[in-house]
Amino acid sequence: MRGAWRLPPLAERSAGPPTALRLGGAIGGGLLLLVLGLPLLALLLRVEPGRLLGRLTDPVVLQALWLSLVTSAAAAALVVALGLPVAYLLATRSFRGKRLVEVLVDLPMVLPPTVAGLALLLAFGRTGLAGRAFGLLGLSVPFTTLAVVLAQVFMASPFFVTAARAGFRSVDRRYRDAAATLRASEPVAFLRVMVPLSAPALLAGAAMAWARALGEFGATITFAGNLPGRTQTMPLAVYVALQEDLELAVTLSIILVVLSVALLVGLRSLPGLAPADPDARDQGR
Amino acid sequence: MRAALPLLLAAACWSPPTAAQEAGTLTVFAAASLSRAFEELGGVFEHARPGIVVRFNFAGSQQLAVQLEHGARADLFASADERWMRYTEDRGLLAAPPRLFAHNRLIVIVPAGGSIPVRRLQDLARPGTKLVLAAEAVPAGRYSREVLARMEAAPGFPRGFARQVLANLVSEEENVRAVVAKIQLGEADAGMVYASDASGNAAARLTLLAIPDELNVLASYPIAPLRGARAPGLAKAFVELLLGIEGRRILERHGFVPAAREGSVAPAAAR
Repeated sequence: MRGAWRLPPLAERSAGPPTALRLGGAIGGGLLLLVLGLPLLALLLRVEPGRLLGRLTDPVVLQALWLSLVTSAAAAALVVALGLPVAYLLATRSFRGKRLVEVLVDLPMVLPPTVAGLALLLAFGRTGLAGRAFGLLGLSVPFTTLAVVLAQVFMASPFFVTAARAGFRSVDRRYRDAAATLRASEPVAFLRVMVPLSAPALLAGAAMAWARALGEFGATITFAGNLPGRTQTMPLAVYVALQEDLELAVTLSIILVVLSVALLVGLRSLPGLAPADPDARDQGR
Repeated sequence: MRAALPLLLAAACWSPPTAAQEAGTLTVFAAASLSRAFEELGGVFEHARPGIVVRFNFAGSQQLAVQLEHGARADLFASADERWMRYTEDRGLLAAPPRLFAHNRLIVIVPAGGSIPVRRLQDLARPGTKLVLAAEAVPAGRYSREVLARMEAAPGFPRGFARQVLANLVSEEENVRAVVAKIQLGEADAGMVYASDASGNAAARLTLLAIPDELNVLASYPIAPLRGARAPGLAKAFVELLLGIEGRRILERHGFVPAAREGSVAPAAAR
């Protein structure tokens, strides 16, 4: 591996960490896994499998499921298409205002989704900054499926851009230089060298963004409203069902959890695109 | 590290009860539509009793009922309809029978200077009008649909009116305040909310369309002390203030119709 610096195997190192620390670590780690895992287990145990299957064909479930899949896939595709150049720029260039762009890109990750929804409304709403211009074209965004996608793009983009930026950064500079020496234009080098070499990171980022879009709630209900079949995605359907029909809410929740897990696992383990040896990627430039 | 962790966990578990255990804190779970009136009432209550703090949890009645069912601690529950009060009663959560303290009417709200004018109730059915209502699980949402059904049966409204209006629905909001916000922002053309939601500051950006009494639904607001209350004495005093002259005046000012006085209890006479 081109002389990559490696940690010596565990056995070769001097005595491991003190027992107390190791015990504390085990307890702490176990507690966290419990806090993360127990709620999911409780959700799964709440409804009998037979009844769960019976409710899968409930029109509310099917409608929300279809809408969620379509909107989140569209949002993920948009995030990847629009996020790639931004991530590439942030990873390979330094320019004035780069800090600002980085903060702007990361902000939705820490912003309360309701705030995002309100901001979207004030920007793209009928009386909003850009919304007025849309209105002249006869377009009205709020309360439409497009608004759902927009809210998802807003909330999910940092997850992809962050991963893609890290992926591009970890590509050895010499590969880029080599491509330049071979007179590959930058777009060609980008497509033939950078994207394939950072594919695992790009895929992981896309999976995260897709899963985040699937789970989007606060920005959606604020910006797109809640109407079955048009803007009521799975998370909104869970919220509404929670007020009247607990079993339906649990059913919807389980589907959402299964989908999210499938996304996170599936996209990361696509055949032929398994992450390369981490040592090969992590080495310095 | 190891010593700190249990301590930290203990502290995290321990602090909320102490806050609530203080004899000087009254915790009230109240329907979202009551927020402004109850906040004012709470101010009056605190002013008269130095050192006493009133904490409110405002949310949809159905949400509060479910929170209480799952062990949330409070001294009083004020619901926007009798259904969710009955829900808590059926689950043995109440310490005494609920008492009616106010009524609320529905009203149609339109953004002031809106681009698609809704001038009469009949305009709600005009295609392209963007209508926002509370979801059906929310009391206000159920009442709204009831009012539409009554309109359809009344002279001056076409057949199929309710269906035509509901075809204009662009969003079912999870509480009444969210409906008001969408109209204030001018994002929708009409909504149906409680008269109390469109009073005071909230009315600034709204145009109001009254719904005649014979077509309207009178929402009833009951309040009841909860079992396991930490401050039952304060709870009782708060209910008395609410049912008394001052409470009625505050409710009225916020667009509510105070309930007819209960002869046997005569809370107002105490003042």
